Amino acid sequence: MQLLVILPILFPLVGLLINAFFGKHMSEGLIGGLASSMVGLSFLVSAWLLFTSGGGPGIVDLSIPWIKVGTLDVPFGFLIDQLSLTMMLIVTGVGGLIHIYSIGYMHGDPRFQRFFVYMNLFIASMLVLVMADSFLLMFVGWELVGLCSYLLIGFWFSNIHNAEAGRKAFVVNRIGDVGFILGILLIFVTFGTLTFPDVFAKVQAMNAVNAPVVVAITLLLFVGATGKSAQIPLFVWLPDAMAGPTPVSALIHAATMVTAGIYMMTRAHVLYVAAPDTQTVVALVGALTAFLAGSVALTQFDIKKVLAYSTISQLGFMVAAAGMGAYVSSVFHLATHAFFKALLFLAAGSVIHGMEHLSKGEEESERSGAPGPHKAPAPAHSGEHTVDPQDMRNMGGLRTRMPLTFVVYCIGGLALAGMPPFAGFWSKDEIVSAALARNPLVFGLLAISAIFTAFYIGRQLVMVFFGKPRSEEAAHAVESGSAMTVPLVFLAVFATIAGILNLPGLDSLSHWLVPVVGQAAEALPFNIGVATLFTVLALVMLYGAWALYRSAYVKAGDADPLTRLGGLYTFLLRAWFVDWFFQNVIVKLFYAGSTFLARVLDIGGIDGTVNGVGIMVRDVSASLRKVQTGLVRSYGLMMLLGVVLVVAYFVLSASMR
Amino acid sequence: MNTVAPFVLLSAILFTIGVIGVLLRRNAIMIFMSIELMLNSANLAFVAFSNQWGKLDGQLIVFFVMAVAATEVAVGLALIVTIFHTKKSTDVDDLSQMKG
Repeated sequence: MQLLVILPILFPLVGLLINAFFGKHMSEGLIGGLASSMVGLSFLVSAWLLFTSGGGPGIVDLSIPWIKVGTLDVPFGFLIDQLSLTMMLIVTGVGGLIHIYSIGYMHGDPRFQRFFVYMNLFIASMLVLVMADSFLLMFVGWELVGLCSYLLIGFWFSNIHNAEAGRKAFVVNRIGDVGFILGILLIFVTFGTLTFPDVFAKVQAMNAVNAPVVVAITLLLFVGATGKSAQIPLFVWLPDAMAGPTPVSALIHAATMVTAGIYMMTRAHVLYVAAPDTQTVVALVGALTAFLAGSVALTQFDIKKVLAYSTISQLGFMVAAAGMGAYVSSVFHLATHAFFKALLFLAAGSVIHGMEHLSKGEEESERSGAPGPHKAPAPAHSGEHTVDPQDMRNMGGLRTRMPLTFVVYCIGGLALAGMPPFAGFWSKDEIVSAALARNPLVFGLLAISAIFTAFYIGRQLVMVFFGKPRSEEAAHAVESGSAMTVPLVFLAVFATIAGILNLPGLDSLSHWLVPVVGQAAEALPFNIGVATLFTVLALVMLYGAWALYRSAYVKAGDADPLTRLGGLYTFLLRAWFVDWFFQNVIVKLFYAGSTFLARVLDIGGIDGTVNGVGIMVRDVSASLRKVQTGLVRSYGLMMLLGVVLVVAYFVLSASMR
Repeated sequence: MNTVAPFVLLSAILFTIGVIGVLLRRNAIMIFMSIELMLNSANLAFVAFSNQWGKLDGQLIVFFVMAVAATEVAVGLALIVTIFHTKKSTDVDDLSQMKG
């Protein structure tokens, strides 16, 4: 029983080892099938744990001695409780479906084997993150998923833009990780332990509100969360991360890895509850992120960029909920978002796949060892020969060409917009209700973000699926194969019904999570007024998007209706100039500082000192070498003088006595 | 007058002659002989003191010094022969390749 809990991690590890060492001689179907079934087995074990657990607190706590140095004692331990089980089921469930989808999506890619090795590694790493029972082991998982993210964003690294996107994600995440590890160190210095139960017990024993050290710890941990969960100001890597293959965007950059920050804050909620000041910061940052990213998503043209900003916005909702202490709502939204955003991304991948159908036919005949069929997206709208298959301006009318994708995209879109009875409605409503009750400012920001959400997803649906095809590719798009559509259907079903996880009145998820987050974090009672208001607003915005975009695009080059906003449009299109600011202010300052350190301090100061010592020694010895005449007799004389001096010393000191 | 004094005086004179020989002579053989002179002056002093105190330690050391001197001569003469082969001279001032 005890050892069984590491099986979910073990399965993907076995899968990746087999694929890494023997994948060369295996067919695509075998590689993909093995990787998918290993994740499926992990899911089954997780489900088995769920059904045998009985719901007691801290269901399993496996602990093996790991690091014992002085007072530092960190066990290699796994804590399976209601929260980690929820995460495990999401990670392995959604992950398994995306693995299956990838078999179809990555078909024909020359690095097919490597892709599944990385994907399995990601699943194993993510499970380490959510199953860890200490901050240190959690950090191990935290870094491992960051590594997988880097590897998979830059998966098609032969295009320099993809490699740069991977590097950017890695560097930005490192900034957050520095905060995270500082937080962990501060926890150890303060409490002398790193395992969750011990730390939480000691925090509760402190019985202090806003103790400075706890505020510092929580803020530092939150810096880590802003990196991993793409919050202000470190969200800039996530839109670029769309350079990776679409299944990666769905799994890592929408459904699972980016929720690690929310999971971490929920796991460490004892700390956060003890620091209301941090809570306020967290809630505001989350709400601001939701607002900023939602507004940027209004103007993007890349089908995946819209979804990326949408993800940032939805993560903002979750972070805001965590900041307001509504942990159950946060986890609930995390779960529903995992379903509908994975669905949207995979459906977008299906759209891109369909758009590439025309050019792929030609490519296949001339391809000889060239990179995969869905290679890098061409830089938006650059040339006349290449039609960017991700640019929504080139799409249109795909409704009839790809009916199944259209249906599931609509389900995902409605869930995202918060339409009842789809999953997103219930979870978003809980968060908004909590905000209304606790923080009016956060409520205002989230309300506007929710309105934006409905508009941009409506705009996307209209631009992609309605109207007339605006390119040859769109006109000849075909529906994707069953390996891709079957997972889409499954996810669509979940995106529809996942609301039952925590339906008002039933509150199953709330009751389920009580042993972890406590009674206080339960969702507020269903607020029919808020629900109605937001449903009406979402409907209005969806209709507005339909009215505005139905006939806006006749051909690909038409101006977007929102260009009437003038400067504000550019401001939003360039994502509030945050990237520009980082590039031109922070990076330049950093370069200037580095140049100063390298040219002045390093060459002048440090090298000068070292070289100065060398020159001094050389000059002194140049004068001293004159002593070495090479004449044996002069050496003899010196020896004699030395002996005389030594003897004289002894004689004199003896006669003194 | 102490009975040991003349011996020690002679020993000192011999030692000084040896030192002067080492410092002033340029022929390696002569320097060698001067070193032998110094060693034997020390031997003389040892024997004299050994006789005065009635102890055998001094004489023991003399035998020891003789053995060392014999070894030293064997090595030293071999060196001088080799040097003479390469330099065609035994002048120590010619051996100044190690000049700094």
